[in-house]
Amino acid sequence: MILVWLIAILIFAGAVAPLAARWNPRAPRWIALIATLLDLGLTLGIWAQGGDGSTRWIKQVDWPWLPAFGIHLHLAVDGLSLLLLMLTFFLGAIAVLASWTEIQSSIGFFHLNLLWVLAGIAGVFVALDLFVFYFAWELMLIPMYFLIAIWGHERRQYASVKFFLFTQLSGLLMLAAILALYFAHGQATGVYTFDYLQLLGTPLSRQAEFWIMLGFVAAFAVKLPVVPFHTWLPDAHSEASTAGSVILAGLLLKTGAYGFLRFVIPLFPNAAHEITPVALALATLGILYGAVMAFAQTDLKRLVAYTSVSHLGFVLLGIFAWNPLALQGAVMTMICHGFSTGALFVLAGALQERIHTRDLSQMGGLWNTAPRLSGAGLFFALASLGLPGLGDFVGEILVLLGVFRVSTGAAVAAAIGVLAATFYALRMVQRAFHGENVHHWRIPDLTPREGAAIALMMAVLLWLGLYPQPVFNTFRPAMDWLQQQVNTIVMR
Amino acid sequence: MLELLWLIPAIPFASALVLSVFGPRFSRRGVAVMGAGSIAAAAVIAMLVAVGFLRSGSSTYTQVLWKWIRVDGFEPEIGLHLDALSLVMVLVVTFVGFFIHLYSTEFMAEDEDYSRFFAYMNLFVGSMITLLLADNLLLLYLGWEGVGLCSYLLIGFWYRDPENGLAARKAFIVTRVGDTAMSIALLLLFTRLGTLNIQELMQRASQNWPVGSSVATLAAFLLLGGAVGKSAQLPLQVWLPDAMAGPTPTSALIHAATMVTAGVYLIARTHVLFQLAPAAQLAVAVVGAATLLLAGCSALVQYDLKRALAYSTISQIGYMFLALGVGAWTAAIFHFLTHAFFKALLFLCAGVVIEALGGEHDIFRMGGLRHRLPLTFWAFFLAGCSMSGLPLITAGYFSKDLIIWGALAAEHGHAALWWAGAAGAVLTALYTFRLIFVVFFGDIRTPVIRTPGLAMTIPLAVLGIGAVLAGYLKNPLISYLTSALPPTDTRQRGFMTEDMSRAALAFAFAIGVYFAYLLYRRSPELAERVVATTGGRKVRAWWFSDWGFDWLYDRAFVRPFVWIANINRGDFIDGFYSGIARAADSLYRDLSLTETGRVRWYAAAILAGTVVFAALALWL
Repeated sequence: MILVWLIAILIFAGAVAPLAARWNPRAPRWIALIATLLDLGLTLGIWAQGGDGSTRWIKQVDWPWLPAFGIHLHLAVDGLSLLLLMLTFFLGAIAVLASWTEIQSSIGFFHLNLLWVLAGIAGVFVALDLFVFYFAWELMLIPMYFLIAIWGHERRQYASVKFFLFTQLSGLLMLAAILALYFAHGQATGVYTFDYLQLLGTPLSRQAEFWIMLGFVAAFAVKLPVVPFHTWLPDAHSEASTAGSVILAGLLLKTGAYGFLRFVIPLFPNAAHEITPVALALATLGILYGAVMAFAQTDLKRLVAYTSVSHLGFVLLGIFAWNPLALQGAVMTMICHGFSTGALFVLAGALQERIHTRDLSQMGGLWNTAPRLSGAGLFFALASLGLPGLGDFVGEILVLLGVFRVSTGAAVAAAIGVLAATFYALRMVQRAFHGENVHHWRIPDLTPREGAAIALMMAVLLWLGLYPQPVFNTFRPAMDWLQQQVNTIVMR
Repeated sequence: MLELLWLIPAIPFASALVLSVFGPRFSRRGVAVMGAGSIAAAAVIAMLVAVGFLRSGSSTYTQVLWKWIRVDGFEPEIGLHLDALSLVMVLVVTFVGFFIHLYSTEFMAEDEDYSRFFAYMNLFVGSMITLLLADNLLLLYLGWEGVGLCSYLLIGFWYRDPENGLAARKAFIVTRVGDTAMSIALLLLFTRLGTLNIQELMQRASQNWPVGSSVATLAAFLLLGGAVGKSAQLPLQVWLPDAMAGPTPTSALIHAATMVTAGVYLIARTHVLFQLAPAAQLAVAVVGAATLLLAGCSALVQYDLKRALAYSTISQIGYMFLALGVGAWTAAIFHFLTHAFFKALLFLCAGVVIEALGGEHDIFRMGGLRHRLPLTFWAFFLAGCSMSGLPLITAGYFSKDLIIWGALAAEHGHAALWWAGAAGAVLTALYTFRLIFVVFFGDIRTPVIRTPGLAMTIPLAVLGIGAVLAGYLKNPLISYLTSALPPTDTRQRGFMTEDMSRAALAFAFAIGVYFAYLLYRRSPELAERVVATTGGRKVRAWWFSDWGFDWLYDRAFVRPFVWIANINRGDFIDGFYSGIARAADSLYRDLSLTETGRVRWYAAAILAGTVVFAALALWL
């Protein structure tokens, strides 16, 4: 029941926001902030109660929706979903705060889109019915399109259309795959259902399993993104407003990774296992290619966008190493990347608001005018280059340890990718914050509102870097279950 | 008192945190008290711990603070491990570190970023202590990366000058190249032995791997890769000479107490692994011997005072590597101890000199400072004597003597290594006394505008005493260290005896000093005449540029990488998708041309289509 509430609050608050804007233009901000914080509080509450590990799902709700077609409103959270939900609402609140002064036009409609994207993302993370899942998947897309197209920067039209086409086309392939799976299951068992738990273990021929899986993989590989399907990402990330970038990098990419973990591997373990070499190769390619691309960028947000390509390569690598170390490392990387990259986009947005450019050649020497902002930039750059003691390192080292057992070559290449992260992270710090302040910027430092958001994210990254065990404990049962699925089927 | 162990790293970390958050609001005095006081507290606690540890009589003490990660058999802890090796190093780091901090309170007094400086310095010391005390390789790696980070932050401390930023990034990136090798070693060791706890790792390695096994060799070589990066040895030594871009106390800290000795520590800490891999251990000795000679030559031709000292560090660390490589483990750590004193002192004196002359770095614009800065002169002189091994009195002589004798007589000793060490001793005396003669003797070339105050003088005096007297710790220290490190097993090879080796070292010192006197004091025109020849000029330029390593790396790695990255800035993969978009666009334009509004054309097209489809239907 509480799961329905989580989404309903966002949908409702989103619908109210434009109405409230007529009454007071500042009201939508508060409504959005309260809604996201309320959801965050609720999920923290679920976390505090915790699953005792006796049941597979910590919370679950299963209402018939269109029973004739086997469609249920089946929502459930396990540790993995729960952590991603917390990340969603946390970054949602951060996105609201980051847009507090940036967004000055159509404030009501902006927050409607913002909250509905979050609702869609939350839906993706809790849906256990493939129909509902696809519905939520599409719900993410449309408001995100508006967030880029209306409140974005100079090339927002181009970026938003590109984003839409990539996502929609790959999403349609997934829809076809969902329907194929639905009918295949129906023909084999006589039960026509979209329910995830029932579809698990659907008997499929090798060919059918492969092609149906590929439909899912298409959607998730574009979202993750896997090189060479990544080219929508730098445009969308750099042209979106701050909130849009934070949500794209921090959350939307995670839905791709989540899709692999929740659907591709449990539903099609054999076929997924067969594409391991390709997946590992593309993952390492992504790590290195993203890092090299990030190094060359002159647009701050574009640079950060390419670092996501590199980091999400670690996630893909971890997923396809097929062992618990790498798998848990992948999930840890997902979570930490949300904070570190989300924060970098908040800072890039804060900078753009102050100096009206993202061009690194227009920056330099900002440390002496905005030391806190610059210090924060340095901190998150260090998180990004995998400094031990911060969260990203924990995820990456586990992935490396796990992958090393499977493919020494991939692990070594990925370790070189960590080295390459140093190049772009230090270059970013140098070009933006160090050096002489040649353009004579005099800008205000972080406001208390921004400072609080940033400090919170720093604290989380330090915590995840030094004492990540509570998080591991939370998603471990889900990963154990996944591992069992894999073991029983792949061993066969 | 042993339970206080965790405070030794925790206090500097806490102080760094407080200073970086609230530092700008503190008074300068408050920052100084906090910054230097935290290291003093760490040093005092280290001594208390040392007393407790010695009294307890056991050879190790482990303190687990918490489980760091616990995933599927991978269970590194935040745990500290104390034994003779880490105890000695922690004592030196905190003690020397404190005097460098004390010196900095005055040296940096006029800097606008006073609190940021001390925050970084404290973080540096905290990371180094973590590195030393870590009971597993992952935590050691945390400290390892931490010191790399702090070197970056401090070398680039004066961030407005892009040159400093370049030097800082170079230091971080070059050392991180080594770190990558080390991280792969971690992966390999954990995968093969199932733990990263150092003690267990060493135990399992010696149980599972025979001497000379390929896995052990590979792991040792990878660790060596990390060590040469941090310790600025061939082929990754290129970052250290540029690292002098940072404030001088930073150089003292990097060269003496933290950072560059990390590689020496790593090899000593994992000595069991290196003993299993004779090839890797031989490589350690060869790297050390080659580095000490090459860097000694480079030190000889520098005219920037700090740069010359930087090369001297590379060369002295080369001695430590040589000692590790031949199996004279304790001698390496003893040289670390003496080096910490004299090298910190040399840099602190250099700081005084450079400040006194208003920021002048060029030794040939210095001169005659003996009378103007008497205390600094004597301190520099003592430290210089110690570094070049003034026989029977100075600490450096005792430690270097052990190493050179070990290079011949220890387990993996060899005559060639002995000759390298002896030749290096000549070079050391030559380049050190070149500095002493040029900077402190002769005519005054630049007037002294500032003399050091008390906070800068006290460290000079204390470290000066240490640079001489630390040598008398030799016997107790060496015997104590054997509780953690293998004893040096020496035997005579050939005709040379230990006393002959000792005499040779004294002779090498005398030759070096004599030539320095000849070339830089009595008849400088001789040196100029040598350099004026074509060959002399070329050799000088070659040595001056660190044997061309920078040139090579720039062309082999940096430029190709930047070129490839920049040429693909627009992401060629996107060309495929925009190609599709363009094709769709032109298709639409071409097709829209057919929309002419002429009904006859439409009718003809419909007819043609009908015919084609009918034909297809009939024949297929």
